[in-house]
Amino acid sequence: MWDYSDKVKEHFFNPRNAGAVVEPNAVGEVGSISCGDALRLTLKVDPDSDVILDAGFQTFGCGSAIASSSALTEMVKGMKVEEALKITNQDIADFLDGLPPEKMHCSVMGREALAAAIANYRGEEWSDDHEEGALICKCFGIDAHMIEEVVRANDLSTVEQVTNYTKAGGGCSSCHEGIEEILFKVLAEREDLAPECIAEPEPVAAAPVEPEPARPAAMTNLQRIRRIEQVIEMLRPRLQADHGDVELVDVDGKTVYVNMKGACAGCQMASMTLGGIQQRLMEELGEFVRVMPASAQQSQPAVSRGH
Amino acid sequence: MGDIYLDNNATTRVEPEVVEAMLPFFTEQFGNPSSMHSFGNQVGRAIVDARKKVQALLGAAHDSEIIFTSCGTESDSTAILSALRCQPERREIIITTVEHPAVLTLCEHLEKDGYTIHRLKVDGKGRLDLKEYASLLSERVAIVSVMWANNETGTLFPVVEMAEMAHAAGVMFHTDAVQAVGKLPIDLKHTKIDMLSLSGHKLHAPKGIGVLYLRRGCRYRPLLRGGHQERGRRAGTENAASIVALGKACEMAMEYMSFENTEVRRLRDHLERGILAQVPNAFVTGDPDNRLPNTCNIAFEYIEGEAILLLLNKAGIAASSGSACTSGSLEPSHVMRAMGIPYTAAHGTVRFSLSRHNTLEEMDRVIAAVPPIVAQLRKLSPYWGENGPVEEPEKAFAPTYA
Ligand SMILES: Cc1ncc(COP(=O)(O)O)c(C=O)c1O
Ligand code: FES
Repeated sequence: MWDYSDKVKEHFFNPRNAGAVVEPNAVGEVGSISCGDALRLTLKVDPDSDVILDAGFQTFGCGSAIASSSALTEMVKGMKVEEALKITNQDIADFLDGLPPEKMHCSVMGREALAAAIANYRGEEWSDDHEEGALICKCFGIDAHMIEEVVRANDLSTVEQVTNYTKAGGGCSSCHEGIEEILFKVLAEREDLAPECIAEPEPVAAAPVEPEPARPAAMTNLQRIRRIEQVIEMLRPRLQADHGDVELVDVDGKTVYVNMKGACAGCQMASMTLGGIQQRLMEELGEFVRVMPASAQQSQPAVSRGH
Repeated sequence: MGDIYLDNNATTRVEPEVVEAMLPFFTEQFGNPSSMHSFGNQVGRAIVDARKKVQALLGAAHDSEIIFTSCGTESDSTAILSALRCQPERREIIITTVEHPAVLTLCEHLEKDGYTIHRLKVDGKGRLDLKEYASLLSERVAIVSVMWANNETGTLFPVVEMAEMAHAAGVMFHTDAVQAVGKLPIDLKHTKIDMLSLSGHKLHAPKGIGVLYLRRGCRYRPLLRGGHQERGRRAGTENAASIVALGKACEMAMEYMSFENTEVRRLRDHLERGILAQVPNAFVTGDPDNRLPNTCNIAFEYIEGEAILLLLNKAGIAASSGSACTSGSLEPSHVMRAMGIPYTAAHGTVRFSLSRHNTLEEMDRVIAAVPPIVAQLRKLSPYWGENGPVEEPEKAFAPTYA
């Protein structure tokens, strides 16, 4: 069960202003049924003074969605329209003595319904200006959208860089895989945009957080593969000490295919070892690459999701 | 009036007899079963005894086929990763879209490592298409992993038949039977199932103890290497107290097997009929004709599951929901989505899962409590009018989607 504040529980169990107001002159309907939330906010505004006389809500949603809706109606009653527009989703959460990070979107929905209702009152068209992604880093409340933006804007390629820019990933580490996926996606898009540019490193727009000494100004395809070879050669002695070995098989864009040999082959630690090689390659090349076992190369196109 | 616990698919109460059986292993019987001295000896014998009781409940041919693990999740991971390691040339896995995250998430991860995952689809009642399954079996498949009973709906899969098909095609078969063990009679020696996972806390043993059944002769690689415990198949000093507890719980599950399938089933049916008779726009999800005797999953349209649970909890009733909000994700349960349940209903699913401790009087209290809760929430819902759903709810209320 969520750790809801007493105030959230109170507003959920005894919601204020449930139902639509009679003859509203401001109606806002927002939500996303796929995430289980939808809200209709109805207001009665005095056209002379612009004061909100009455407010009512109808909500399809969880405990905190209902509590946020109830809180919102309490907050706006008696306010002037301009004042009400200044309410932020954080104000709604604060009114409720806080919401769990996963539930902040409930307060966002409240704020949007309010903006939509006021636009409706003023005869304006309201459009949603906010985009929300799945929550990736719970420690710092950072969502996928935010990470993607920052990765794009600053040309980031490693988890550490994302942590330096956004804090995401700097806590319990559980979101590192999620961050890597975003990195991979953004970098794959970049490649799609410029398929001929694989040989050239991505231009660095913003100043990178860390110096990247190993990265020459412009590597040719050949230089890049040589560099990959060198890095793998550097790593071999350590694997050999563990009775394993690794061999470079192919480089296909951002994907580096290797063969794990000896004790490494089929070892359940193999994917961790691959991760280690990947990390090292990224550091050395200053770009995002993915290291895959060569056996995955043939089966790649066959990957099917049975949905 | 005590609170009513109807969330036994999440976890069960440890039976007092089970607690009693395990307690000495925290105090006087503290020895390490691997030790030479008598402190360890007695513990070793208790583990042998527990292993036999698990063997009996599963109908396994040999007690050496029972490997104690730390939980159902560990058993699932061990089974799938073992099959991949033993057969490196096979790089495909067959599962279903409705597996527990213990299998689903692992397979998503393996997919990123280049394995091909085939996810069998289910129909509106959560049933598989065996023709689709047959067409996917090949020498490229390392393992099939299909749950025996679904944790959300209780729907059963024909794993005995599916194991035969896999065997005929020369493919290893694993079943996650975490929800089935103790609720359905199981006789593994007369099946072609190679591996099976169970978890103690679903059958009145403590949390943190599980079993991987491994058919004699089935190729195997351990997940944890180290000492020789469990014949080197799962290293790490045995969780002796919990193993003894699981043995006792399995013995009791044998005794209660027919009770689960008659009395508990009757209570479940009574509860389900009682609720459906009073609440409009509600329906049972999954396959009502082929499911666990203790599970009932009802979708209440136009309201949201977490809100229902909070109000039920206030009324002293514990259940669970497939709503997005209870899990912290933005999507409703993957099981409901796989069955094509519309979003307006999928968010309002509530699972009631019974145990042998529930009573008829409790069922009647729940039947009385649910209708006003649903009505109260529907009054808040923009999809609900005076006496029923607004006409063409999806059109009458069409919010701007964020
Ligand atoms: C079908 C199924 N598989 C696996 C598990 C995981 O078991 P454990 O909690 O012992 O890891 C569960 C428990 O929720 C389950 O229902
Ligand atoms: S969730 Fe991102 S660091 Fe903990």
